[in-house]
Amino acid sequence: MTNLVILPIIIPLLAGILVAFFPRKLSIVRKIAQAVFIGNLVIAGYLFYYVKQYGTLILETGGWAAPYGIVIVGDMLAVTLVLTTNIIAVACAFYAPKSLSDQQESYYFYTFFFMLITGVSGAFLTGDIFNLFVFFEVLLMASYALIVLGNGKVQLRESIKYLLLNLFSSMLFVTTVAFVYSVVGTVNMAQIALRVQEVDQKGILTTIGILFFFVFATKAAVFPLYYWLPKSYSVPNPVVSALFGALLTKVGIYSIIRVFTLIFTNEPGLTHSLFILLAGLTMLFGVIGALSTNNVQLIIAYNIIPAVGFMLMGIGIFTEESLSGTIYYLVHDMVIKGVLFLLIGAIVYVAGTSDLRKMNGLIHQYPLLGWLFFLASLVLAGIPPFSGFIGKLLLMRGALSQEEIIIVITGLLSSLLILFSMMRIFIGAFWGEKDSNSSAEHKSTRAFAWPVAGLLTLSVTLGVGAEWFYPTIQSIAQYLMSPEIYIDSVLKE
Amino acid sequence: MRIRTNDLILRTTTSIIAFILLGFSLYLFFAGHNKPGGGFIGGLMTAAAIVLMYMAYGLETMKKILPWNFRYFIPAGLLIALVTGIGSFLFGQPFLSHTFAYFQFPLVGKTELATAILFDLGVYLTVIGITMTIILTIAEDDEEPASNVE
Repeated sequence: MTNLVILPIIIPLLAGILVAFFPRKLSIVRKIAQAVFIGNLVIAGYLFYYVKQYGTLILETGGWAAPYGIVIVGDMLAVTLVLTTNIIAVACAFYAPKSLSDQQESYYFYTFFFMLITGVSGAFLTGDIFNLFVFFEVLLMASYALIVLGNGKVQLRESIKYLLLNLFSSMLFVTTVAFVYSVVGTVNMAQIALRVQEVDQKGILTTIGILFFFVFATKAAVFPLYYWLPKSYSVPNPVVSALFGALLTKVGIYSIIRVFTLIFTNEPGLTHSLFILLAGLTMLFGVIGALSTNNVQLIIAYNIIPAVGFMLMGIGIFTEESLSGTIYYLVHDMVIKGVLFLLIGAIVYVAGTSDLRKMNGLIHQYPLLGWLFFLASLVLAGIPPFSGFIGKLLLMRGALSQEEIIIVITGLLSSLLILFSMMRIFIGAFWGEKDSNSSAEHKSTRAFAWPVAGLLTLSVTLGVGAEWFYPTIQSIAQYLMSPEIYIDSVLKE
Repeated sequence: MRIRTNDLILRTTTSIIAFILLGFSLYLFFAGHNKPGGGFIGGLMTAAAIVLMYMAYGLETMKKILPWNFRYFIPAGLLIALVTGIGSFLFGQPFLSHTFAYFQFPLVGKTELATAILFDLGVYLTVIGITMTIILTIAEDDEEPASNVE
């Protein structure tokens, strides 16, 4: 039954439509959201198992064969990311009722949440470049609504920037799709890849490739195009920031991986060396940003950027080892960014401020929160037993085998600075004498702690049980290195 | 207080034109399969007819004539469109597969009925819902600021 592969897209869509009929019956809507996300996680898990067992699953929607209709391609990379997306969605669904006010929830929060997951899953699963654009718009529309939810003054200001920039990059996306259509005459990714190979990627196609890179780099916050991200990700509600930080930039990275391992692979000297350069700059500038501020939400938001740099570096080096590093890091980073934004939300809630200088000695009252944050910082920075380490190790080994020494040094340096920026939060907020007058009342953080602890457990398992996950990741990297498998399975030749 | 103007001419012509507009929008909606038209333009045209009524008669009267909350049109339309796509699951076909058949009707004779019209109906309702929600939300905004809390 090939319809299995589309279920992670239409189940959230259907649920989002249904809860839009009664947005104010919050107790029912919350139950529905949690139940649907758990059900969707089970289905995504089954899809993952099925694809791992029986190979790529392809759905030709409407019964039209590959280059003519829209295909939904569930290969290992896509289903792994869909599974990770759904894990984060479950955690956020349980975190949301505590984090949002009733009024915010009743303004269609869950509908937009469902639409966001629909868009993200759709972008991962589609095999058609214009359909990818449509799913980008689905998730961006939902994110526009989520970013202004609660309509604070600062949210309105940041949402205008966010909207303008994403609108511009979407326009560039459409233009680029038009270019690619005019050159190769198709929008099906497999057929584009086939035709680009046939004409050996002439100058115009490399130009189009770079244009695609700029579109996706804007979404993914790569070096010259990241300036919109930190502020607009730090102003919405923590649960919204967690969804954005964990999912949205990763869709951009996924698209770069897809386009530059499948379609534009014939000029690596030009495109991929540009990636390495930009990856290094992204790491450095992101981490400098993280060190520049005392706003804890902004520090976490800036920490998205060096992670994007690491993933881009793996694509730039383009060996099997570095690509498996990129994919490992991608999955790891989705989970850990979810954890960190949710944790920071809890910290800001108990401290009543997001200014690091005004926090002190929280560990006396909230030991669980403190140690969770400490663990999450170690995971993020890549301390050996945890998942950040495995991804970075693979990336560094890949880079060393290609003798890209400068990027290795940049990566290690930025890891050190990431750890420093995280420890600044830990020391500033949790250490110190117990402050008797300011934070006298003890606020319950249990509802915050469980979703976070669940995600963090997964993240730790991802690192400690690396031997268990690594063969899967490695097989994905092998698969990505030989695009003809994808082309043959879609076009059935 | 604003002086009440007498807009007899506007109202009389509106009551005729609005019906012509509605009829034309339904024509566009059904013509979509073989001629220019379809759910999107049909929905926009219907919404235009309603907006014309709103401009001529004001919000109160229009709410009396069309006592629906247009906000529910959006999920209803999406639901119809999505269920049309999911319906193919029952027959073991891929998502969004459509089918058609010929029927004999008393007045129009042999007619082709396709399930694609159901999908178009979803688009039609969603477009009306979104257009009217946008226009009415902006319109109600300055008249009664408290009403947007509900």
